[in-house]
Amino acid sequence: MRKTLLSLLFLILIGLLMANTFSAKDSPWDNGKSIDLVWEISPMAIKVEICRQDADEPKRVLLTCSDPSGSFRDNELEPNNEYHYQLKAYFQDDDLTLSASAQTRAQWFYMGKLGFLLLLLLVCGAILYYIQAARHGKEFFIRRIAGLDSMEEAIGRATEKGKPILYVPGISDLDDIQTIASLTILSHLAERAAEYDTEIIVPCRFSMVLSAAKEVVREAYLKAGRLDAYKPDNVFYLTDDQFGFVAGIDGIMLRRKPAANFFMGSFYAESLILAETGFATGAIQTAGTAQAHQLPFFVVTCDYTLIGEELFAASAYLSKDPQQLGSLKGHDFGKLVIILLIILGVILEILETSNLKEFIAGAIS
Amino acid sequence: MKISVLAERRIIYLVLLIAVALPLLFPIGWKTEVSGYTQMAYDLIENTPENKVVIISFDYDPSTMTELQPMGEAMIEHAFKRDQKIIATALWPMGVQMAEQAFEKVLRDYPDKKRGLDYVNLGYKVGGMVTIQAMGRDLKEVYPNDTRNTPYDQIPLLANTRRLKDVAWVSSLSSGVPGLKEWMMVARDSYNVPVTGGCTAVSAPGFFPYVNEQRQLTGLLGGLKAASEYESLIGRLGSATTKMDAQSVAHLLILVFIALGNIKVFVAKKKKTTKTKAFIIKRRKSND
Amino acid sequence: MKSSAPLIFAFIVGIIVLLSEFIPHSPFNEIVSTLEGWFMIISGFAILLGQISLIRMNTHKIVHKLDNWQYHLAGLISFGLMLALGLLWGMQETPGILGDATGIQAWLGQKPFDYLFENAYLPLSATLFSLLAFFIASAAYRAFIIRGLESNLLMITAIIVIIGRTSIGTMLTGWLPESLHFWHFPNLADFIMEFPNTAAQRAILISAGLGIVGSSLRIILGIERSYLGGDK
Repeated sequence: MRKTLLSLLFLILIGLLMANTFSAKDSPWDNGKSIDLVWEISPMAIKVEICRQDADEPKRVLLTCSDPSGSFRDNELEPNNEYHYQLKAYFQDDDLTLSASAQTRAQWFYMGKLGFLLLLLLVCGAILYYIQAARHGKEFFIRRIAGLDSMEEAIGRATEKGKPILYVPGISDLDDIQTIASLTILSHLAERAAEYDTEIIVPCRFSMVLSAAKEVVREAYLKAGRLDAYKPDNVFYLTDDQFGFVAGIDGIMLRRKPAANFFMGSFYAESLILAETGFATGAIQTAGTAQAHQLPFFVVTCDYTLIGEELFAASAYLSKDPQQLGSLKGHDFGKLVIILLIILGVILEILETSNLKEFIAGAIS
Repeated sequence: MKISVLAERRIIYLVLLIAVALPLLFPIGWKTEVSGYTQMAYDLIENTPENKVVIISFDYDPSTMTELQPMGEAMIEHAFKRDQKIIATALWPMGVQMAEQAFEKVLRDYPDKKRGLDYVNLGYKVGGMVTIQAMGRDLKEVYPNDTRNTPYDQIPLLANTRRLKDVAWVSSLSSGVPGLKEWMMVARDSYNVPVTGGCTAVSAPGFFPYVNEQRQLTGLLGGLKAASEYESLIGRLGSATTKMDAQSVAHLLILVFIALGNIKVFVAKKKKTTKTKAFIIKRRKSND
Repeated sequence: MKSSAPLIFAFIVGIIVLLSEFIPHSPFNEIVSTLEGWFMIISGFAILLGQISLIRMNTHKIVHKLDNWQYHLAGLISFGLMLALGLLWGMQETPGILGDATGIQAWLGQKPFDYLFENAYLPLSATLFSLLAFFIASAAYRAFIIRGLESNLLMITAIIVIIGRTSIGTMLTGWLPESLHFWHFPNLADFIMEFPNTAAQRAILISAGLGIVGSSLRIILGIERSYLGGDK
């Protein structure tokens, strides 16, 4: 009887030991900086400790828990390196050590960003398609943008009064696409100003913007055939300091009293100070920004305001270049896709299915 | 009596000046209710275990310090209370001094906190978002030494902090670009590090969409009111709490101005209608 | 070649950065980090360009005694003074060329640069930001005029948010029972900011985001070149 019991116990023990597994595998579809660890041990374990044992670094405890089975992703590793792991399971009166190792490998695609890629391809594909259609002679309609139509009026007024035009390309550096969009508007405005022989003043907050703005204005004067009228000192650097920059511009507005002010680009807390001072001087004012939270201030104090995407559409609108107009049609397609996705997402969420959300959010989490 | 637009504006400015100055000179001591956004930011810091390394980025300059400096001080104090280790950085040149001043003020109540052990000021780096991306790969590469020229490797609190991923949370106190948005786009979206922060009241509505289910921002302190709420949460009677009285009075005054503006337009409209009516009656009479 | 080189460069760099977003394999990450390094270095040097422009523009106005040249002189002197003080005696813990200015520190209580920073620059900057309060007041006085249904709704919303953002909002509705918590002014203000405001902001953000995609694509493909001063 005793012999049978002992053999049974032995068999159970062997069975339990056989069930203990610990594996390490390179995480799929990533940048080769993580390894997935999976373990399954006897449910009798009290504590589980997982360590990474590197040759040149001290032993590092990655996880301590009491789960007999589970998985863990070891992140922030070096790609193409071999990593060794040790799992230590503590039982009532014994402990068990298991080892595993794996090599990190960088893959050629982030699977988590698939949703993001598909959306991007769809929007970019539509833009390219419409650009191509425009190249083949298809005409596209663009609605009236009052803020851009006012440009002529503003230049005309400045010319009549013999006063300069003030153009502020935002407070962001050149790495902000709003600044680039602003420079494209500046290019058109400077050309018209050169034709009318009206002075244009462009204060810049960042040196990179300064050098780009100088080039843009110079080329515009050259294109208008009025390079002799170009004054390089009218495009100048003021200061990197946010409110120092505002003080400088306010000073220009109060002293030189420009007939037209343009605030195009990225603006923050200073927007109202700029636009309200301009309002007080009686200038005709046009603003444009994609900073939605500054729009109310501009709407209150300016004669015309370009809202969000209108700033990016300005270049196409002003140049009437069919290729650029075609790209705007592509935006509209993108909007349609997003509207459909929102409706679909809402319906799926009501039905308690979050697959779509997770698929798209893969890009974030 | 007809008042010109310029005179009108000057009267508004003068009345506002008096209304703001009085509560600053004679504090009233009104209480504020804590909003969900502030609570969320507070909870993030409160629930982070002690000894964790955190980043507070001072992305502003003295112009906005009225609103942002109290937030910086309150967050430093909260992190010190929770025994967290603070790395101060700045994406704006003047942010370095702002950080120094904030530490100096909080250290008066926490004299046992030591530079290098409990906090460090790594200073300003040009480049904005690109700098944060570089910090994601290697902090030492971006900041080879701190503002006192101590090499990165010789700063004890940075011993186990090699990249952005190693910090528990990031808080950006931001008054423009580069700032909170850039931190969120890189630290949160690319490296999954919780990001919170503060901004001026006029910029706050633009950041609210990011306090969402994805937790792109874990809470937000928008303006002086949020700063005073945070102070009340950590039990600190800071400058935001005292300034809130003045802000409340200013807001009330703005409401009065709005009412006056409407009355003015209403009266003007009525006068115009009466004049038009009188004109029509006169014409009719002359026609008759 | 002169005009096409920047376009080719923009195309190659744009495509690499775009691909690196989706391809984790080397060499994309390495190339992008090198490009980021370049950007940081160029930004650093560009600061110098700004200073040169600043000095040139101001000197020109002073030398030719153009209108308001005195302001430009004041600006230039302030710039030179701060630069010199910082270089000579440093700031805070960092020593300057002439050391720590112990003598001056004993007299002023701090280094000359720090003294000017705290007693001139700091209050001047704060004053300028404070102007916002005055401008908001005068703008609100003009803007919130009842003209129709929409402006009426706008004004009611503004009043709730303004009151909700003050301590008075808490006092006015603080007595309401817990079951009516939602109707507390601060909560109503939070609700307006969190839902209607956020919905509108998101709509603008999404369409602006699409605008950014389109503009970026136009720049990468060289269709948009006016930012370079080009002909389109």
